Amino acid sequence: MSIIQILFSFLTVLALFGAIMVLVSKNPVHSVLWLITVFFAISGHYILLNAQFLAIVNLIVYAGAIMVLFLFVIMLMNLNAESEPRKHLWMKFAGVISGGCFLMVLVSLIRQTVELTGKTVLMKEGNIGLIKNLGKALFSDYVVPFELSSVLFLSAMVGAVVIGKKD
Amino acid sequence: MPIQYYIYFCLALFSIGIIGVLTRRNAIIVFMCIELMLNAVNLLLVAFSKMHYGAALAANPNTTAGIDGQLFVFFIMVVAAAEVSVGLAIIVMMYRNTHSVDINFLNRLKN
Repeated sequence: MSIIQILFSFLTVLALFGAIMVLVSKNPVHSVLWLITVFFAISGHYILLNAQFLAIVNLIVYAGAIMVLFLFVIMLMNLNAESEPRKHLWMKFAGVISGGCFLMVLVSLIRQTVELTGKTVLMKEGNIGLIKNLGKALFSDYVVPFELSSVLFLSAMVGAVVIGKKD
Repeated sequence: MPIQYYIYFCLALFSIGIIGVLTRRNAIIVFMCIELMLNAVNLLLVAFSKMHYGAALAANPNTTAGIDGQLFVFFIMVVAAAEVSVGLAIIVMMYRNTHSVDINFLNRLKN
């Protein structure tokens, strides 16, 4: 077993365990902390795939900005395990069953896809994930969506202020 | 690393997100599960991008095949950040009106 396979297994197990703990935690703050663990594991996967720019962006934007926003909102509302709304047990059971059926259908679909047999992912090599090549593509082929995303951010900011304003 | 490993991992992560949306009633947890699903899709896009790049690398040593997948991930992250800011503002407004984050309070739009 090579070092890449060991790291892949470790990060996969960490991400899946963290994702399950997000669901089963009663306290919303614990859920946020487990979700940050999942994001760190996914950033580790990006580094394994040599997508260094996306790994750093994932850490800064998701684990840094979005999760802090979630934590602030949870602390603002003073949520804790006691005020947590509960669903009936059989509703939870139905949700798990339907999610498991979804997983089962897609896994069986992937298992019998002949186009994917023998395809491998290039690990830790290749330079398309570096910021130089991504920046060149971003400012030549994708310059219009890039500028549109700035307009989207401006409208999102205005929208958040208008919605959150007390009146 | 075979592409199937990444597909199975991302499918499992996506299904956990779906189960979370279906089983939890806290609006913030539901929102976090949507972020989980977005991240599963992001990781799968990067894996497919590296798969295509590895296939094209043998023919041309300085190819940029597959770079579109990583840029898509970048734009998904941009849109997710904007979505989270607006969504959390809506949740805060809902909490101010109902003093709860239970999504079952939202099944009626009047009052």
